[in-house]
Amino acid sequence: MGEKDVRSGRLGIGVDIGSTATKVAVVGADGSLVHAELMPTGFSSVDAAERARSALMKRDCPFSSGRVVATGYGRVAVPYADKVVTEITCHGRGAARLFGSEGTVIDIGGQDTKVIRLRGGRVFKFVMNDKCAAGTGRFLEIMADRLGVGHDELAALARAGEPTQITSMCTVFAESEVISLVGRGEPRANIARGVIESVVGRVATLAATAGGTAPYYLTGGLCDNEYVVELLGERLGAPVATCPEARYAGALGAALMALELE
Amino acid sequence: MSDVAAIELPRTFEEFNEQRRQSFLKVKDFKQAGGRLVGYLCSYTPLEVIDAAGASGVGLCGTSDEVIPVAEEVLPANLCPLIKSTYGFAYSQKCPFTHFSDLIVGETTCDGKKKMYELLNELKPAYVLHLPQGRSRAHEREGWYQEVVGLKRALERLYGIQITDDALREAARLRNRLRRAILALYDLQRSVPPAMSGVELMSTMFAGTFNFDVRAYVESLERLCEQRRAEAATAGSPISAGAKRILITGCPVGGVINKVGATIERNGGVVVCEDDCSGERTNRFMVDEDAPDILRAIADRYLQINCSVMTPNDDRFAATLEMAEKYQVDGVVECVLTACHTFNVESARVERAVEGAGIPYMKVETDYSAGDMGQLETRIAAFIETL
Repeated sequence: MGEKDVRSGRLGIGVDIGSTATKVAVVGADGSLVHAELMPTGFSSVDAAERARSALMKRDCPFSSGRVVATGYGRVAVPYADKVVTEITCHGRGAARLFGSEGTVIDIGGQDTKVIRLRGGRVFKFVMNDKCAAGTGRFLEIMADRLGVGHDELAALARAGEPTQITSMCTVFAESEVISLVGRGEPRANIARGVIESVVGRVATLAATAGGTAPYYLTGGLCDNEYVVELLGERLGAPVATCPEARYAGALGAALMALELE
Repeated sequence: MSDVAAIELPRTFEEFNEQRRQSFLKVKDFKQAGGRLVGYLCSYTPLEVIDAAGASGVGLCGTSDEVIPVAEEVLPANLCPLIKSTYGFAYSQKCPFTHFSDLIVGETTCDGKKKMYELLNELKPAYVLHLPQGRSRAHEREGWYQEVVGLKRALERLYGIQITDDALREAARLRNRLRRAILALYDLQRSVPPAMSGVELMSTMFAGTFNFDVRAYVESLERLCEQRRAEAATAGSPISAGAKRILITGCPVGGVINKVGATIERNGGVVVCEDDCSGERTNRFMVDEDAPDILRAIADRYLQINCSVMTPNDDRFAATLEMAEKYQVDGVVECVLTACHTFNVESARVERAVEGAGIPYMKVETDYSAGDMGQLETRIAAFIETL
């Protein structure tokens, strides 16, 4: 990544400031991903934007002279961005590059979940969850905390569990429900299974609301969670494709759009 | 009360708020000078009857969240913000219009409002019009006519007057002139780019609900229309030619002008058509002012309004598609106020109709609070990016 490349517009840089994680992606002139990096967003998106910049500077990517598209809920807090694009458009673009230009993208984010339908590589319809954490990564985090396990452990535990119903959609109510299940002596594995099924069920309903059709692609923070991917495929009645880069789909889409900027 | 020159219509949301404040100050003088004031909420309220009683009709629909916490002392939290805000203003005595109204005219549109009026009636006399569930059966039309007759009698009793057919006919002529003035203003939005921002259009429409003098309001609208037409012809439109043309439909948008309207326009869109109850949805219908039975003609006109409280309400879909074509819209945004079941359920059919016509559609469900501003901005911006 030389400065000349950036100046001549041969690199595109995407910065995706999510509620939980900040992702950066750099693409070469042919749109191929040359670098991707993730860091926690923390309290301030302004700080996260600054940390993203330093991280790229360290990798010889002269941020200030490059074309930068910012996205994610902290997108307006990126002073060095040349353009701001919503994460829906960016996830759509990124997923189209990773998987294909037709299909349904499911992005399970930290604070919201989106179902994005692609046609000809463009977003033509999308649905987002309502203003609550049901069916999001945040829901899983809170429940894992409550069960005293890490994120990866939760999935492993759930795989061993029996189907258990957690009926509350609201994170706060679901937490009380989990507490009462714990109190009743329900095995932890069963509760973990119930927690993951709850998220997957909510996401599948959202996909149906959007009129989503196969092929399905999963992007966002849960794409390395094999159990979630598997269960989601069962619920949707079609396999869900994902890959490690899918976590960076928003940043990748932003980087691709940066490449197109004059 | 023909202070015609004094009415300047709001161009921005800030001006709109300021004007509303001013009209709150004026209402006391109006009452002290012996003016008759009747509060109303719904666009089904036959305003000609109020006009013909020599009273001024003022809209009482709550559009602010400031009194919602107070309203929730009595009303459940999971209720439509318009209902909570309306009741909250009456309950906290913060709305001078409500305070100075001689009577509040309600209507059995949705369940939430219907039951709220019973509570409101404890604070202020409320006369509730029984709106039918539909329009397709003869007894529904006849029943509604009898309701309008009942309102006329109630106002006659209240003021000790006789409402004559001549007065009703004159009121119908003036109200029709107002509707034509509004339609002429809408017509300016058909050009590319449109003559005005949607926020201006929405604020202007809503300003009509707090002007006491219909004639003065009509004249100011007619002037505004001429002025905007001339400006567009000479200086050009203030709206960028590439702005995506949005039709806004669904619940009344008076309380979300800033939240939804301004957000659309901050993100590269422009509201070219307001298909709601203070917009083209209702103003497209005229009273047959030469009808032999003028009161019946007034009743008939109002029942044509395509609100989701009616079943069936198929004419709404056709009307929305007609507007979408007329204004060459790029996308339809349906705004549903939290817990408005009728519009929320009906949105599934609106979505099908709009998308069936090849027009992108998005529904947003929101209330008057700022809590979901971030999400709303992302959704609206993303929708406009797809157009």
